[in-house]
Amino acid sequence: MTSADLKPTPSLDAPRNIKGRSQFAIAFSRLRRKKLGMIALTTLALIYLIGAFAPVIDTHGYTDTNLLRTQEGPDTQNILGTDRLGRDTYSRLVWGIQTTAIVTLTTVLTGSIVLGVTLGLIAGYFRGTPDTLISRLGELVSAFPDILLIILLAATLRPRVLDWFRSIEDSTGVSGLISTGFADFLVLGIALLPLSWFGTMRLVRGQVLQIRESDYVEAARAMGTSTPRILFRHILPNIISPVIVTASIGLGAVAGAEIILGFLGLGVQPPRPSLGVLIADATGRGSTAVSTLTQHPEQLLAPIAVVWLLIFAWNILGDALTDVFNPRSR
Amino acid sequence: MLAYMIRRLLWTPVLLAIVSMVVFVLGAYGPGDPVEVRLGQNYTPEAAERLREQLGLNDPIAVQWGRYVWSAIQLDFGESFVFQGRTVGEVLGPRLWVSAQLNIAAFLITVGFGLPLGFYTAKRQGTWLDPSIVLVTLALMALPVFIVAPFFIWLFALQLDWVPVSGWGGFFDRRIIMPAVTIGVPGIAVFTRLMRASTLDVLGQEYIRTARSKGLAETVVNYRHIARNALIPIMTIMGFTFAGLFGGALITELIYGIPGVARIALDSILARDFPIVTAFVLIGATMLVVGNLLIDFIYTVVDPRIRLQ
Repeated sequence: MTSADLKPTPSLDAPRNIKGRSQFAIAFSRLRRKKLGMIALTTLALIYLIGAFAPVIDTHGYTDTNLLRTQEGPDTQNILGTDRLGRDTYSRLVWGIQTTAIVTLTTVLTGSIVLGVTLGLIAGYFRGTPDTLISRLGELVSAFPDILLIILLAATLRPRVLDWFRSIEDSTGVSGLISTGFADFLVLGIALLPLSWFGTMRLVRGQVLQIRESDYVEAARAMGTSTPRILFRHILPNIISPVIVTASIGLGAVAGAEIILGFLGLGVQPPRPSLGVLIADATGRGSTAVSTLTQHPEQLLAPIAVVWLLIFAWNILGDALTDVFNPRSR
Repeated sequence: MLAYMIRRLLWTPVLLAIVSMVVFVLGAYGPGDPVEVRLGQNYTPEAAERLREQLGLNDPIAVQWGRYVWSAIQLDFGESFVFQGRTVGEVLGPRLWVSAQLNIAAFLITVGFGLPLGFYTAKRQGTWLDPSIVLVTLALMALPVFIVAPFFIWLFALQLDWVPVSGWGGFFDRRIIMPAVTIGVPGIAVFTRLMRASTLDVLGQEYIRTARSKGLAETVVNYRHIARNALIPIMTIMGFTFAGLFGGALITELIYGIPGVARIALDSILARDFPIVTAFVLIGATMLVVGNLLIDFIYTVVDPRIRLQ
């Protein structure tokens, strides 16, 4: 593999070292020696691949009901059996993984990486008024009990956003924005923002406050380097590793919040499944569907096993990345 | 130091007022109409208009908010839109007490198992036990309540038939065990990891060597020197954790059918019962903000080296 393949996101624009090995190549070669970290990485790749190829590997459509075969156990026709509407549990699981994969990745990329890093760079580098504004906003957001704010945002925004999309669809003739779940993903992305940006912002801000005083930034400034270039070429590459670590730990939390929303019926809307919806269907939203649970535990055990693996793998990877990027911590 | 505490104390009500404002704005621009929900089948445009006037919903949002803050200062949080004629305190009070008991039980489990486990693993650093406990804690941290609760019900209530599926009988009833453990499990892992790291820090300090070289008994060194110092940085997280338990308790209460605040909190959000929603968010925010303030204050008492400014 070349070092170019190993960059997590090309947009980060890592500096090409004179020696030809980027910090990500070095980090990855260290990670490869960590058995658990590699197992976690493989598991994650597998889960996200399943999500990406959901249309290919499902055996039935996720909306296909077969009322002649409801509440069936696993057999050759339905690998994980069927639910009370005769829908194939395996196919719904695969599509549920896709939903969770999309929501977690987009939330972390937009909220944590783009928004958190940008605001942190601004607050730390320019200090003064922007810093006060951003930090106070962060203080306000962190004063909310986060899950409550997320629920409140999701419940309040959804109808507004749906109305808005409907009017766009009507006036432009574009269809499918709502039915493909795009509007749902947007609502979820916004609702999950408070959970994702603040931690990264504070972390980046703290690092930038130190680095902006260093000699090499001073030198760059003296040579008349433009401010964006200083920020993105000289400061960002030096602070990106802790950001990656927090992002990978944060992904577990975002996945959890998305599943809670799905569980409460505030996530992606039916018929599109998500892991939270699957768990809620098996437990019966609030009051326990005892008969389903006793006779068909696979309807519950399959989605919770996937969720557990997903969050567990993100935690292990985060732990391994901490060691990889910061060997002194041991 | 004193000036800092006073500044923080003065800032707290301002922060809470802004929190309530955010909820007000969300309420005003959100969908649905509380008047419609409240009138139900008796809905006529005239009745709605009369009720709206009576509840003050026709005033500009800023005026409504100002009125709310003014009465909230006098500890009057208004009447519920949905539960007619009952104040927010009457609706939330008994349910809050149930949730509080559940959270305290969960917190005791979290701290009671997490701290000793972390201390124990730190003392055995370098043996096989250490990495395996780290792995186990990572596995436990990946067990949010929406996984544990249905799984416990399936295993302990339905398969093994040890406990009833749901229900509530107060703090000293055995039915509290399952929900409290459910909420506490991820926390145990967090505290084990924190306590382990913190104890390892203290173990390397000079004053531990001094204590040992004075010939103090190992138990005295363990508890008076190591454990007590290791607990100081953990206190911060305790404040956060206790406030954070409320989030996990929401889902847990729903699944186990516990008559706490969860059901009403969610219903009030969906039914646009904003006096309840605002009060609920404010309770959570107050716990977070005041909790952190208290912890910072206790910090300076137990560790005089720390000076806030």
